[in-house]
Amino acid sequence: MTTITPTQAKSSTDRTAWQQFLSSSAATYVLPTGAIALCLVLWEIAVQLFGIPEFVLPAPSSIFAIIGQWSGVVWQNSLVTLQTTLIGFAIALVAGLLLGFLIGYSKVAYTTLYPILVGFNTIPKVAIVPLLAIWFGIGTIPAVVTAFLLAFFTIAVNVSLGLATVEPEMRDVLKSLGASQFEIFQKVGFPHSLPYLFASLKIAISQAFIGSVISETVASNKGIGYVIVSATATFDIDLAFLCLFALGLMGIALYAICAAIEQRTVHWIR
Amino acid sequence: MLDSPLTKDTSSSAASHPVLDFQDISLAYASKGHTTTVLDRVSFAVERSQFVSIVGPSGCGKTSLLRMVSGLLPVQQGTLNFQGSPINGSLHSVGIAFQNPVLLPWRNTLQNVLLPLEVVQPHKQHFRQKLTEYKQAARELLATVGLDNFQKHYPWQLSGGMKQRASLCRALIHQPEVLLLDEPFGALDAFTREDMWEMMQALRQRTQCTAMLVTHDLREALYLSDVVYVMSPRPSKIVLELPVDLPRPRTMEMTFTDEFHHLYDRLRRHIRH
Repeated sequence: MTTITPTQAKSSTDRTAWQQFLSSSAATYVLPTGAIALCLVLWEIAVQLFGIPEFVLPAPSSIFAIIGQWSGVVWQNSLVTLQTTLIGFAIALVAGLLLGFLIGYSKVAYTTLYPILVGFNTIPKVAIVPLLAIWFGIGTIPAVVTAFLLAFFTIAVNVSLGLATVEPEMRDVLKSLGASQFEIFQKVGFPHSLPYLFASLKIAISQAFIGSVISETVASNKGIGYVIVSATATFDIDLAFLCLFALGLMGIALYAICAAIEQRTVHWIR
Repeated sequence: MLDSPLTKDTSSSAASHPVLDFQDISLAYASKGHTTTVLDRVSFAVERSQFVSIVGPSGCGKTSLLRMVSGLLPVQQGTLNFQGSPINGSLHSVGIAFQNPVLLPWRNTLQNVLLPLEVVQPHKQHFRQKLTEYKQAARELLATVGLDNFQKHYPWQLSGGMKQRASLCRALIHQPEVLLLDEPFGALDAFTREDMWEMMQALRQRTQCTAMLVTHDLREALYLSDVVYVMSPRPSKIVLELPVDLPRPRTMEMTFTDEFHHLYDRLRRHIRH
């Protein structure tokens, strides 16, 4: 016979309360926020303890102290970066979809284009930005183009994968009913590629974001990337870090929006 | 029978011909320089409302025969007539079910069953106007297979047997002349499979369509069929035509009778690997 002592009973209820918290949606906010707060605290202590100079690594407290002074600049330039990112992403979405459908459906297009795409994708895009600056001048256009170039490959590859992985029997069911190629695409191919598309969007939006910031640091006179370059040039490291925080927040927001769209639209994936 | 939008004209002149007529069908494919003959002058006919099974060793071309009827595989040699005229391209009046139920995961059960009506003429033209009637017909079919409470469920919420039942309803909703079954119960466990035989029989009683079943399960073939054809290994010929004269509706008890065992033995003895 086993008897449950009061302490055992208590520890088991504690465990279930903890597990309940872990499986709650609150945990997905509380835990990461806690981790970030902990990092900032450790950072603050380290800077104070080791006396790290401000132009090498400023303490979080001194970064937050300049928010009032610089928030206008950071906000305006964040909007610029956001805008170029979204425009580049939108173009990448359209181009990626079309290209993905093309190489997903046509064996010829796949064999011809795929090696070219892979080769092109492996070129670091930062190497292309100076050329874009020569062709389009300094400013928004090179940033939009870089965002597009980084994002479209992921979308195209995923969409083509979605088409290529349709079970042959699914097509056979429709073919045996006398469905046209377009109907097969409409009823099977397109919906089947949607989960692949939406899974690629949250990666592609981050890539577009990276692309626009890269371009801004090399060939622009506005945007967060430009502000960081200017700030570090004048050893205004506080401002550079504030910009990095802004970039992190924007990146998380864009990712979260895409992930939310994915969950709403492809509810059938379990 | 289903209601008016799905009833079809059966007074056609083709009624005197067998629904399917396979005449000297041969099939060969070339690989690495030498040709393999799969089917060697296979001939048989399927009459209206008959249920025919084809059994035989793996790779004997059973599935190829079904694919020829559905238009997925062109006839290489010989003639394949549907109601007296050769099949070219896809037959619109075919319903097909595979071992893999291949329901579309983004559609619920009811929407999956309605799929053929969105594609096949003449239903396609009237799909929007007649949607209520079509839905009613789909619900009745689903009720026959015991899925009336699962219309709004998505495939991931259904068990393997339930998916297969929905897949059969999809194969029958447009009232096809011919139902093609390619080992539809092969992936199910033994007890579920036997439930499916009963359900298949109920569905057939309702729709009266002609059916062709490819299976490895000899008891299944006997339970469901009017005639069972046994095929030899490649190059395949039909080595036995076995009429099954058991009364209908068939029951599980019949499968324990001496008569059934006798038929089973005859089939088994003709299958070689």
